[in-house]
Amino acid sequence: MRDVAIIGAGETKYGEHWEKSLRDLAVEAGLKALEDAGIGAQDIQAIFGGNMSAGSFVGQDHVGALIADFAGLAEHKVPAIRVESACASGAAALHSGYMAVASGLYDIVLVGGVEKMTDLQGDMVTDILAGAADREWEVFFGATFPALGAMMARRYMYEYGLTKEQMALLPVIAHKHGAMNPDAHFQREVTVDQVINAPMVADPLTIMNCSPVSDGGAAVVLASADIARKYTDSPIKISASVAANDYLSLHERESLTRSPSTIEAGKKAYKMAKKEPKDIDLVEIHDAFSIIALLGIEDLGFAKKGEGIKLAEEGQLYYDGDLPYNVSGGLKAKGHPVGATGVGQVVEIVKQLRNEAGKRQVPNARVGLAHNVGGTMTSSIVHILEVM
Amino acid sequence: MVVPRFWRERRSRYSLIGTKCPVCGTVYFPPRSVCPKCGRKSVGKMEEVQLSGKGKVYSYTIVHQNVIGYKYQKPYVMAIIETPEGPKLTGQIVDVEPEKVHIGMPVHAVFRRIAEDGKAGIIQYGYKFVPDEE
Amino acid sequence: MVGIVTYGSYIPLYRIKTAEIARIWGDDPEHPEKGLGIKSKSVPAYDEDAATIAVEALRNALRRKNIPGEKIGAIFVGSESHPYAVKPTASLIAEVVGAYKAHAADLEFACKAGTAAMQNVYAMVKAGMVDYGVAIGTDTSQGQPGDALDYSASAGGTAYIIGKDEVIAEINHTVSFVTDTPDFWRREGQRYPSHGGRFTGEPAYFKHIITAAKMLMEKASTEPKDYNYVIFHQPNGKFPLRVGKRLGFTKEQIQQGLLTPYIGNTYSGATPTGLSAVLDVAKPGDRILAVSFGSGAGSDAFDITVTDEIEKLDRDAAPKVWDQINRAKYIDYAQYLKFRRMIVEVD
Repeated sequence: MRDVAIIGAGETKYGEHWEKSLRDLAVEAGLKALEDAGIGAQDIQAIFGGNMSAGSFVGQDHVGALIADFAGLAEHKVPAIRVESACASGAAALHSGYMAVASGLYDIVLVGGVEKMTDLQGDMVTDILAGAADREWEVFFGATFPALGAMMARRYMYEYGLTKEQMALLPVIAHKHGAMNPDAHFQREVTVDQVINAPMVADPLTIMNCSPVSDGGAAVVLASADIARKYTDSPIKISASVAANDYLSLHERESLTRSPSTIEAGKKAYKMAKKEPKDIDLVEIHDAFSIIALLGIEDLGFAKKGEGIKLAEEGQLYYDGDLPYNVSGGLKAKGHPVGATGVGQVVEIVKQLRNEAGKRQVPNARVGLAHNVGGTMTSSIVHILEVM
Repeated sequence: MVVPRFWRERRSRYSLIGTKCPVCGTVYFPPRSVCPKCGRKSVGKMEEVQLSGKGKVYSYTIVHQNVIGYKYQKPYVMAIIETPEGPKLTGQIVDVEPEKVHIGMPVHAVFRRIAEDGKAGIIQYGYKFVPDEE
Repeated sequence: MVGIVTYGSYIPLYRIKTAEIARIWGDDPEHPEKGLGIKSKSVPAYDEDAATIAVEALRNALRRKNIPGEKIGAIFVGSESHPYAVKPTASLIAEVVGAYKAHAADLEFACKAGTAAMQNVYAMVKAGMVDYGVAIGTDTSQGQPGDALDYSASAGGTAYIIGKDEVIAEINHTVSFVTDTPDFWRREGQRYPSHGGRFTGEPAYFKHIITAAKMLMEKASTEPKDYNYVIFHQPNGKFPLRVGKRLGFTKEQIQQGLLTPYIGNTYSGATPTGLSAVLDVAKPGDRILAVSFGSGAGSDAFDITVTDEIEKLDRDAAPKVWDQINRAKYIDYAQYLKFRRMIVEVD
């Protein structure tokens, strides 16, 4: 195994891209990453593309081939493989790309993530996203994805006394950061009152506890660390890339208030990167629902169980706090184009570690952690990045 | 029109048929062909077991934005039910005022229409839950 | 001895008051109760149909006494609102209880399909073909909004397991009387039934019930005073009392099994559920007369004697009929239309 670095990163704005198709978004993100790395398509040896459900969202499968084709790589016979792990598809693609370079099979690969979600009506999108849960034993009986998140939240409230007002602090922080990110889906701040009084999706989750339906693409170029400096002065090292899985359906879990897959991925990632939670300068945590972010904060070791929300209450999660959280805006404000999200989190961390994040720049950021989950924290993937 | 995908699950959905690992005794619902705890030792030996349909609310939510097929039932209560046999099940709680549902509430399974394949397709039946009589 | 081994009923939770229906259609709100003797009627929830009602009724019967599926040799389900026009209900019941070797069939015979099912099973047990058989009367009956039936057409059902061992109520005699008298019908492809108005009374309901009841009492050598309870088909709250009076029965004999004033007409479920309400309170030795009626179908009559075994049956293991009647949640007419899928299409 050899070290792997990110030598280029790029992404589209997240949001409702009425004029852009799946391939437009993928190609835009990919070309930005190549441009950032200062390389041409002919330098790419393989593509790993994260995508959850283009087959359902736009009727297009074989997404790897589509992306490679329209990025101009069909001419070079570059292998392009789609990777799917529900909302963790992006991080799963990065994990695949990481393994491909670390193993020595390839020296330079492009990792992308893309989702085009707004071509369908709301209830159809809800139905497709529910495919991340167990279709036959959860969704068939009427469980939406937010309903599953809501049951996690309800149980957490029951076990630890969390209030809706406390839980609302997480979207408030995410929106505060989103307002500083010109590529975010939502660039406005919100208040606790706005969050708790928003339309109810699945009690106790209002629409402001849920990430939006977004279009978007994100991409990074990976290279083996020993050649990274040939392409950039500021390569970012992938110090850890770890995936872990749990039971698919929520009802199989012993507890709804902790995620064994996130705990496992976090522990292994810290070990692999030789880091501890206190060494992390910023985190991008999967906040598809506020409750998932709260479990993420605790299960990644940043707070004791039941006490994660204190970090929000103490103001530590703002970009200038002790644990800058979702400074991109997170899934909540930056947006959640499901297949792109995991790659987009890493694009943000790359920008932060390169000190290129503008108004939301975290001071002295040298180590960042990205936490991307699929399903009800079924698949958890953790990446730790650091300045080389 | 989809028939076999629903048809093949009918026994578990109609009659709560799960499986039990003869090695460690753990009961699973829906049925599994391998016990996650005992692995190879359980392969080919998992036994059918019928759940009683009794249970308690482990967690719940009131769904306001539905998946396709549930438009006319919203807002509806979804819950995870813990059964005395061990497994937890996801299902709707019906014939109840949503605001009266609480964690720990005793419920039992009933037989209801779950979904239907359009106006002309197959009606899919299965379990939901109702509160026990007070 | 051949008779009822266990029994169970199911009445949906939801009710609509007939005054609420009258409010919508501009009728005198007191008319349904005064004229028809119906205060309220049961309404199936959006996810209930004749099959789900049948399953719940049968499960209630099995809660009182469990008969394993492999011992059930026959299943007849009587209804005029089977969920499918083509695809049986009885096979669904067989699947639910694991009665894979049962002789199963659906019956559609106006409001007496439930009692016709009981006769079929009774005959098969008596003939020695089967040890136990299931007979179910179930309906989510249809009434066109604004029609007289809108006040009465309701939902409910009852299941009987008939056998020859541990019989709680012996069926001493059963007779039928049938003519072609079309007082109520629904043509193929029509959503709602039509009816002959006042023609449904004298030449239809009264003639058939009175004839069948007299035939039965003659066969059994009984008189009205020999019966502790009597159940008549109950399309409204008035007809059963009137036909009872003409036959020489008192209100007291009729009361326990007269459910229509509170839950409306459950069609194929009506006479079986009335009988179920009587069995809920019956004592050993009680004698029961039950007479069904179906439009254009005639009447089935049963002479039944409750046995000592009823004391051994765990009747409290399932909710009793009057307890189910009294646990009601009232809905308005708009919600009624939604539940009955009259203002919505399949999502």
